[in-house]
Amino acid sequence: MLVSISPARLARRVFLAACALASLLASAQSWETLIKDGIHDPRGPAIKQLQEPGDALSKLTPDNAGNMVRWVQSLEKNQINPRANIRPDTKIQVYDADVLLNLKGGMPIVRFPHRQHTQWLDCTNCHDELFKKEPGANKLSMLSILNGEQCGVCHGAVSFPLTECFRCHSVSRPGQQKPMPTLPIAIPPHAVPPK
Amino acid sequence: MRARKLGVLLALLAIMAGEIPPAAAEYADVVLNRRAEKEGMRPVVFPHWFHRIRFRCKVCHAELGFKMRVGANDFNMADIVEGRFCGACHNGDIAWAVDKCDVCHSGKRGLPTGIVGGHETGGPGRW
Repeated sequence: MLVSISPARLARRVFLAACALASLLASAQSWETLIKDGIHDPRGPAIKQLQEPGDALSKLTPDNAGNMVRWVQSLEKNQINPRANIRPDTKIQVYDADVLLNLKGGMPIVRFPHRQHTQWLDCTNCHDELFKKEPGANKLSMLSILNGEQCGVCHGAVSFPLTECFRCHSVSRPGQQKPMPTLPIAIPPHAVPPK
Repeated sequence: MRARKLGVLLALLAIMAGEIPPAAAEYADVVLNRRAEKEGMRPVVFPHWFHRIRFRCKVCHAELGFKMRVGANDFNMADIVEGRFCGACHNGDIAWAVDKCDVCHSGKRGLPTGIVGGHETGGPGRW
């Protein structure tokens, strides 16, 4: 039995089916399971004991890059409460001051917030080996950052990756168009509220 | 006409397929295999995501003295048993102890030491 269907309708149906399939695949691949992640031994005894990334990370504030989690926001919203010290005598320091960088460049100005960084890190992680404390004393370059130096020690390896230009280059210059928020390539499935 | 529509459709499918990331380790997972395999154990997989839910960076990278560069931290099981590096927590008190070998030594054999799961940047040269 043949049912006649116009090529346009057929194309639309195929496209919608493909969309559904693509979103299904995307939702399945947001966080790879440990057994398929390519680094865990799928026959090892740990596979059944270790926490799956998707189980933990799907409950946090979603992102479109890195671990697909906004770590700073998750901390500020108390979705996680990571310990700041394990030794009782450690001095925990949080420093709240913004530094503007890249004042002469063409990209929007970089606003470096100390507060969000010191919530996670200790002063000694950056000062004075990676960065001098004096304003203007550090010669920063995207080339060395992309090479895993300076900001690139963390960004591009563990904190949000270097594809997210405007998260750092966030302050527009006079006459410059407001910097674009980084557009999500694909909205992560857990960002979509359940129906 | 039909061929053109098919072409557009195929192009759209190709774009969508391109947006689906390939199967990969989680961003910032670290494989440690300086000694493990030579001594008959699976390589260690250190998941940053798992640890940062529970600890801020400063705990390991300031209090415990882990340098922020893969390969820069030269330690062995004796250090861990004596409470240094991983052993500051993996002592049966804060986290599971060293008798649960396979939980940390859970990696695929043959993997080199390195940080994996890099995002679109593909990982900076030095990593």
